[in-house]
Amino acid sequence: MEGGFGSDFAGSGGGKLDPGLIMEQVKVQIAVANAQELLQRMTDKCFRKCIGKPGGSLDNSEQKCIAMCMDRYMDAWNTVSRAYNSRLQRERANM
Amino acid sequence: MRTRARRKVPSRTRRMADVREADEAELQRLVAAEQQKAQFTAQVHHFMELCWDKCVEKPGNRLDSRTENCLSSCVDRFIDTTLAITSRFAQIVQKGGQ
Repeated sequence: MEGGFGSDFAGSGGGKLDPGLIMEQVKVQIAVANAQELLQRMTDKCFRKCIGKPGGSLDNSEQKCIAMCMDRYMDAWNTVSRAYNSRLQRERANM
Repeated sequence: MRTRARRKVPSRTRRMADVREADEAELQRLVAAEQQKAQFTAQVHHFMELCWDKCVEKPGNRLDSRTENCLSSCVDRFIDTTLAITSRFAQIVQKGGQ
């Protein structure tokens, strides 16, 4: 009788590791980290584009600019992502 | 009289060890795949850092085609720059060695 097996995870019968369960957690952690990275960089860029001389509060035009900037930042992100993916595929095809 | 040779049947213990090994190998493959995806994402963030400033003026209602082209070109030119620097640097180092 195997003494080494601890709690039996759902899924693979008898095995100690369940790849499915672990990978779900890994993917979630990666997604969270990516979202944080995205927000931090987006905030930086949009602050620079939209806020000139910092006033007592964010006025209407600044708020509108921030909203548009966020959307454009994500559009740009997608464009860059596609371009990079295409380039990688081209390079692989040439290898 | 024929003596039947004893066939070695895998024990239940050995089967379970095989399952564990297979799980670990599968996990390694899946993790490696996620790492590759994460590397791609990190690279995109880096491109954005450079290319947003170069290509986007004041954020409007949509990205116009000039901006889109600029962003695509930015990625390609950055990669070209990386390749150019890598290759020239190798030459410089090689010459220095003689």
